Amino acid sequence: MNQPLLVTASQKAGPRWTLATGAVVLLVLLALPLLSLLPEGHSLHVSAYTLTLVGKILCYAIVALALDLVWGYAGLLSLGHGLFFALGGYAMGMYLMREAAGDGLPAFMTFLSWTELPWYWAGTQHFAWALCLVVLAPGLLALVFGFFAFRSRIKGVYFSIMTQALTFAGMLLFFRNETGFGGNNGFTNFRSILGYEITAQSTRAVLFLLTVSLLVASLYLGWRLARSKFGRVLTALRDAENRLMFCGYDPRGFKLFVWVLSAVLCGLAGALYVPQVGIINPSEMSPTNSIEAAVWVALGGRGTLIGPLLGAGLVNGMKSWFTVAFPEYWLFCLGALFILVTLYLPKGVVGLLKKRGEQ
Amino acid sequence: MLRLLLTLLLLLPLATQASEGEYFITAKPAEQVSLLEGWAAQPDAARLPLLDNLHQGRIAEGDTRKLRLNNRLRGLLENTLASHQLLSDVAKVRLAAAQQLQKSAQPAQVAFLDRRYAIEADAAVRAALGLVLANLQLAAPEPSVRLAAVRLLGETGDPMARTRLEALLEPGVETDTNVRTAAETSLAQVKRKLLFGELLGQAFSGLSLGSILLLAALGLAITFGLLGVINMAHGEMLMLGAYATYVVQVLIARYAPGAIEFYPLIALPVAFAVSAGVGMLLERTVIRHLYGRPLETLLATWGISLILIQAIRLLFGAQNVEVANPAWLSGGLQVLPNLVLPYSRLVIIGFALFVVLLTWLLLNRTRLGLNVRAVTQNRNMAACCGVPTGRVDMLAFGLGSGIAGLGGVALSQIGNVGPDLGQSYIIDSFLVVVLGGVGQLAGSLWAAFGLGIANKLLEPQIGAVLGKILILALIILFIQKRPQGLFALKGRVID
Amino acid sequence: MNRRSLIKAFTLSASIAAMGLSWSIQAAETIKVGILHSLSGTMAISETSLKDMALMTIEQINAKGGVNGKLLEPVVVDPASNWPLFAEKGRQLLTQDKVAVVFGCWTSVSRKSVLPVFEELNGLLFYPVQYEGEEMSPNVFYTGAAPNQQAIPAVEYLMSEEGGGAKRYFLLGTDYVYPRTTNKILRAFLHSKGVADKDIEEVYTPFGHADYQTIVANIKKFAAGGKTAVISTVNGDSNVPFYKELANQGLKATDVPVVAFSVGEEELRGIDTKPLVGHLAAWNYFESVQNPVNTQFVNDWKAYAKAKNLPGADKAVTNDPMEATYVGIHMWAQAVEKAGTTDVDKVREALAGQSFKAPSGYTLTMDKTNHHLHKPVMIGEIQDDGQFNVVWETEQPLRAQPWSPFIPGNDKRPDYAVKGN
Repeated sequence: MNQPLLVTASQKAGPRWTLATGAVVLLVLLALPLLSLLPEGHSLHVSAYTLTLVGKILCYAIVALALDLVWGYAGLLSLGHGLFFALGGYAMGMYLMREAAGDGLPAFMTFLSWTELPWYWAGTQHFAWALCLVVLAPGLLALVFGFFAFRSRIKGVYFSIMTQALTFAGMLLFFRNETGFGGNNGFTNFRSILGYEITAQSTRAVLFLLTVSLLVASLYLGWRLARSKFGRVLTALRDAENRLMFCGYDPRGFKLFVWVLSAVLCGLAGALYVPQVGIINPSEMSPTNSIEAAVWVALGGRGTLIGPLLGAGLVNGMKSWFTVAFPEYWLFCLGALFILVTLYLPKGVVGLLKKRGEQ
Repeated sequence: MLRLLLTLLLLLPLATQASEGEYFITAKPAEQVSLLEGWAAQPDAARLPLLDNLHQGRIAEGDTRKLRLNNRLRGLLENTLASHQLLSDVAKVRLAAAQQLQKSAQPAQVAFLDRRYAIEADAAVRAALGLVLANLQLAAPEPSVRLAAVRLLGETGDPMARTRLEALLEPGVETDTNVRTAAETSLAQVKRKLLFGELLGQAFSGLSLGSILLLAALGLAITFGLLGVINMAHGEMLMLGAYATYVVQVLIARYAPGAIEFYPLIALPVAFAVSAGVGMLLERTVIRHLYGRPLETLLATWGISLILIQAIRLLFGAQNVEVANPAWLSGGLQVLPNLVLPYSRLVIIGFALFVVLLTWLLLNRTRLGLNVRAVTQNRNMAACCGVPTGRVDMLAFGLGSGIAGLGGVALSQIGNVGPDLGQSYIIDSFLVVVLGGVGQLAGSLWAAFGLGIANKLLEPQIGAVLGKILILALIILFIQKRPQGLFALKGRVID
Repeated sequence: MNRRSLIKAFTLSASIAAMGLSWSIQAAETIKVGILHSLSGTMAISETSLKDMALMTIEQINAKGGVNGKLLEPVVVDPASNWPLFAEKGRQLLTQDKVAVVFGCWTSVSRKSVLPVFEELNGLLFYPVQYEGEEMSPNVFYTGAAPNQQAIPAVEYLMSEEGGGAKRYFLLGTDYVYPRTTNKILRAFLHSKGVADKDIEEVYTPFGHADYQTIVANIKKFAAGGKTAVISTVNGDSNVPFYKELANQGLKATDVPVVAFSVGEEELRGIDTKPLVGHLAAWNYFESVQNPVNTQFVNDWKAYAKAKNLPGADKAVTNDPMEATYVGIHMWAQAVEKAGTTDVDKVREALAGQSFKAPSGYTLTMDKTNHHLHKPVMIGEIQDDGQFNVVWETEQPLRAQPWSPFIPGNDKRPDYAVKGN
């Protein structure tokens, strides 16, 4: 919602101004949750709807950033980032379900006539362990998959299709009721987090602030990475892997590191997403979602840090608006966007802005 | 006078028939049941037309009153009809009737069946009737009759025989030891035959699934495999083919109802043309600008697929449309008592192989194929040699899309035709092409049938979902070993 | 600025002001009504027609002068078959558009997704689809069937001599909550009727399952063991391949009847029904029901579809969830008239005991406490024209039992709506 402002502002101005606008946007984002605490009817009151909507988009922005790290910088297009996002979300969801169920079993398990928790649910009533799972589940999966994939030098299209198959398999697995994650319905009807009521305005505000902090932290991390020698190796990897190898670098470690890092970031975003939207289910793992994430990155501009954030904001903002204004034409618009961006904006919105800036 | 009498006499059966029909339609369901049971035990050839009519839900031709039947009455009616058809002069009709009676004959019919069995001349019908009687004779009071029946049942591979023998072998049912041992032998025999049928059925369903995957993936093997375009809109080409089939069916039903039986054949060129046309249009307008940037073709074609889906949804509605199997694609071939091979699936297997052959010929035996292969291997060199690369790209993309359209015609015969049709095949298609080795028709062939059979072998053991997941995991592992697929192009090209 | 352009500017601003004024007057005189059905994505196939039905009903109510002298203004949003989006759109309808009521959702997961939002904001949702029960929220009115209004009567029919006297039951469903709960209830019910576990087989397929070869072969094998009926809770899209496979493998309704709980007139539009004659479906309404209310309802719908040029308008059909949508909107309108306000708490009170002469031919009543309709149950046989012939129906509407007595622990549940259940 703040992006149009940013776009117009940075069109007129150079990098200094961009930084300044960035600071303004950050301030606005930090102010939103505080304003939401104002009583309803106050002229500056921000509704829970706006807050959760922006919060959701920010979570998506983190995913876009994470995807950009592997795609834009290392040249690995993952079509399975939805899986990592969902895994983080599920880990958080497990904690929330336990919290809602109290001493009993989560409702969907009693419904399956299970009498005790499966082993992988052990310890999820503790918030700390759930947080570990948020990092470990996507991280370990990415580590194992990445280890095998990079060892046999799977790249390009093959890598994309394999990651897509991976998230598809994950979706099928989580759809099964016997897997123990609530099947198609997933987890919903959360009550509280760390004892605070989940629908309370203050809880929402804190979650929102956490999301903003995670976003800023990942931006900083990405910025540091891109500036470091590591970042240069990654870019070299993207542009000419073989030459890099001839120079004596072993690309596997570099790829694996950035791949796992990206997956963990997604997991964290998922964990923040779930308490804000109030539901996690296997459709988050559907290949469509992961492809959409790739579009956010492409639209915003690959290989830049600000681009993916712009892309995620623009597409999701449009989606929220279009599905109300012209529900039947939303897919036409999204589809046309995909085509136009790839044809005319190979460097995304950021590329366009830069060009304007240079002129 | 005499003539009048004769005519009256001739009209008599017609009159009784009409009155029986009248009586039947006004009777309460319970009366209808006893009526049918009575007719089944004492068939009368004159009643056959009436039963035929009843079976079609009316009491006489041209009578508009609709007969309300339920499944119980329908079952009884089928049995009664079969009972009457045993009186037919045509051996084939009698054989079908006997086969129906094997399922449905009731003890009250034994006397009639015994009479027919004694005078039946045709060997096949006689054997079938023997089985009908054997089923009923399992309850006969004389052990010798039961023994003969049990032995006879051992010869069949009928799943019902297994149930009947098992029921006989329940403790306390059969007291005669001779019959018991014979029943045990027969049961083992029947089980063996059933197992054979089951395995054959599994193999067939694997082949059938493979042929479907193959048809779905074949077009992609060209657009992705040869042109390097990650065509996410490939599924929508299948969908367009299926919708073309639907439109052809509707048009033929309206303008040439006589040819409706053959509409799938007419749909083939139409579907090919529609999908190929759309494909070429897309190639000229969008994809042409993206060669050499495979990951970006992925995004653009995904956008195209969204647009195509929504366009179809607006044009034809979000609901599925009805594509009916013509008579020659309905039903199946009864190979064994527990194995029916549906005609539609048989035809699709043949069709898939035919399309593969056609594609192979086109790529390897024509000038276009030569050009396509040349452009695939070295675009610049081909251009230097005077190959119009732009045109070849367009034609090749059209060919791939057109083949997908042909696949759509086949898919419309076994599944849904709806806007989302393509989405359900796209991932499988990519897996087939990647597994088979990009650019390799033979690879796709093996990969499709391999995946189909593996899927169908795993499904009964661990269920459809886990089977599919296991296969995906196996593919991921397999790609580790052979990153270029089953049939990799050998070369030393490196960037 | 010369004079002419000044005048122009003035008239322009005046007309804009007038537009704003008229808009605000109009806004004051309408009651906003939310419609929350997926228009894209996988569920569009089922939900689009419910959106259109809701719009038609609202148009009809408006043509008669609206509710409490105010016109209804539909607000249509598209949650795009995306479950989190249902929650977001629900919140938007309630807080941004401030609608008085929402008609929507099809799948249970979408309802579960919006439920916390409606309970938090004290909104009002009308849910028009048959479902698994196990829920009774004060913020939802359920106008579809609970399991005892659909599944159990259907099985009783199959057991009866009329229905073929089935001894063995093959429970086939898509793997999600509705089939699993329904089958759980059915298994307990079958046990109570003396059917042993060896005569019950329960199989689940994933969503969008399209290859039914193995399953149909298994049904055949199972059916060899005695008179069998298949109870299908297979979801929407998978039905076509299932029925086609059934017909092509030569399994007829007289051998093994299939009774389906999710197949209605709308689904049959996509199937050639000739090979399916005799298979059954259980609903609370069929298009073929003969009564003046239904004739009017069906004709109105066909005319509406034609007038609005809806896709496939020449073959427009009505079905159970459409009737439930129609009934729900009318009941809400009646309750608003009775309460004299759209205030949720007052309307909820007014809805208890509200009754309406429905197209099913019965006068349906909203239960006084449990937020479900009393509904008649009908068993229909598929005809070759894609319609159903009612072969059995209950004598009067049944009261819903959302907390099925066949599920352990439900006897302790209260029989009135409580938040957070």
